Amino acid sequence: MQHMKQGGIRDQAGLLAKVMIAPAILYVVAMIGVPFFLALMYSLSDATTGDPNFRFVGLRNFGAALADPVFRLSMKNTFIFALVSQFLVILLSRLLATALMKEFRGKWLARFLIMLPWTAPIALGTIGWLWMLDSIFSPIDWVLRKVGLLGTMKALFGPMQNLYWLGQPFLAMASVIMVHVWRLLPLATVIQLAGLSSIPKDLLEAAEVDGASPLRRTFSITIPLTLPIISIAFLFGLVFTFTDVTVVYVLTRGGPVHMTQVLSTWTFFKGIEGGDLAQGAAISLFLFPVLAGVASLMLRMARKSEVV
Amino acid sequence: MAQVEIKGVSKLFGEVKAVDQVDLQTNEGEFLVLLGPSGCGKTTLLRMIAGIEEPTAGDILINEQVVTHLPPRMRNIAMVFQSYALYPHMTVYKNIAFPLKTQGVEKSAIKEKVQWAADMFGIGRLLDRKPRELSGGERQRVALARAMVREPSVFLLDEPLSNLDALLRASAREELRQFQKRVGVTTIYVTHDQVEAMGLGDRIVVMSKGKIRQVGTPREIYQWPADTFVATFVGSPPMNLVGDDDVQIGFRPETFLPVEFLKADEGVVSYPFEVTWLEYLGAERLVYGNVGEKSHARHVVSRLPGNVTLPIQAGQTYTFAIARSDIRHFDRISGLCTDKCPA
Repeated sequence: MQHMKQGGIRDQAGLLAKVMIAPAILYVVAMIGVPFFLALMYSLSDATTGDPNFRFVGLRNFGAALADPVFRLSMKNTFIFALVSQFLVILLSRLLATALMKEFRGKWLARFLIMLPWTAPIALGTIGWLWMLDSIFSPIDWVLRKVGLLGTMKALFGPMQNLYWLGQPFLAMASVIMVHVWRLLPLATVIQLAGLSSIPKDLLEAAEVDGASPLRRTFSITIPLTLPIISIAFLFGLVFTFTDVTVVYVLTRGGPVHMTQVLSTWTFFKGIEGGDLAQGAAISLFLFPVLAGVASLMLRMARKSEVV
Repeated sequence: MAQVEIKGVSKLFGEVKAVDQVDLQTNEGEFLVLLGPSGCGKTTLLRMIAGIEEPTAGDILINEQVVTHLPPRMRNIAMVFQSYALYPHMTVYKNIAFPLKTQGVEKSAIKEKVQWAADMFGIGRLLDRKPRELSGGERQRVALARAMVREPSVFLLDEPLSNLDALLRASAREELRQFQKRVGVTTIYVTHDQVEAMGLGDRIVVMSKGKIRQVGTPREIYQWPADTFVATFVGSPPMNLVGDDDVQIGFRPETFLPVEFLKADEGVVSYPFEVTWLEYLGAERLVYGNVGEKSHARHVVSRLPGNVTLPIQAGQTYTFAIARSDIRHFDRISGLCTDKCPA
């Protein structure tokens, strides 16, 4: 009995898989694993940018961070910005996706405009918003003045000529949230659209024949079936906003008086600009358990999304 | 019990006439089958009766009430879709309960009715399962239970057996028919399978290209097809059509037999039949061949029952004949039957 000769290297599926995934693993180890490990090391040391040597000091840095009121404020802001902006994103993207499901004239233009924020590099987009939210030249204020909502004694938003979008604490927080929403709306809309399109048409028709009104169809059929994909969009957005440095850095530098400071920017200001590498590393690690939890939730949700 | 009337209903999708001026009336409690090839308009017609599609013209009446522009929930109809359209995130119980919930029926009454509907189809033990845990036949029964739980006046079915495997289909067909007879609800059933249509229907509506070709009992459709479309669509193998003049002659394969085996009082018409191919199918033999002179040769099929044991060979010519009473005549151009059909 003759056996066929063993195939060459190209035919060994197992080996091929390993070779193809090797670059990705290399990337993860080098660009993510090594810095993460370094952060761990630094957080347990007293390294500074001037003297980056490792001297073990235990959990002193973590204690110092927790005692720092700016850190606690940054932590609070990180959660507020992320949760509020993502809640708004889910709501708005749902409305947009529902609108995009229908056919209408100019739909291609609507889709194009909706996708635009995603295509702009984050720093450039945020710089654009710097102009929109400027304390003197803001176009938003201009419009509000023109329609009489600003600038007169009886105006809804007050008698001043300008709203200090980035200077007044509450408005500054609102501005950061607004830019986050603007940036993540396209992605969330696409995800929601995918979810809505995946519902078989005859399920909704069957519900109609069964006597369900449009409202009931939305709550009994559409929402439950798209819940897994909505959750993925939500968690995805959470991760994006938790870790984002650019929006806060460009818009407010964390001001006024740290009112818009978030963990990622505080890490930068403390650790790099301030020179205290060890403190910076410790601050950045506080996000790790939260993000790990969110990531595992996302994976679980992804597995759950099946229709029929 | 309800009567459905369709008056001059048309449906246009852009330029395409999916349904073209259809007039139809159901009898109370009957099992009416809409039969035709894909694209003939039968499903579109069903959807207009259900209310999920609006007619471009015409009216639909249920129990003498005009329902043409009313939404489905106001028509007291129930529908079973080809894919069953079971809600995948709900249990069987919740699926069946859904139509009652939308009507605001209270919980205790819902429980009773769901149990009643489930028992009717023998799925009582499946109430806690989700659709993805059920087999094809079980899913179909859940779909039927969900449709029946509201006790509708009209029952609409869109090819509900086509997703089942062949063996299951036959028994499901029988169950469905018996169930319908028991409950007596007017049923409109769409299918492209003519065997299914013949087996299930009290009357069959044969459709093609948006128009009705013939309405009749299975016997009427089969024995007295109104035109060549019905003649060739119903029956497998289809009716043989020969003749080049203005009149075409049609005869069913099982009426085309060796002349010795025919006993006909009104006389027979014989042809020399040159056999080209034979198929032995157990209960019968299908004999394929040509009749007529070389230049006018027409391909025909003969269906020999098992008890006709005359040896037949390909390449030989035999004398086959048809009883005159079994011959049908069709106008060559319009395709319409020109015989006087019995009422």
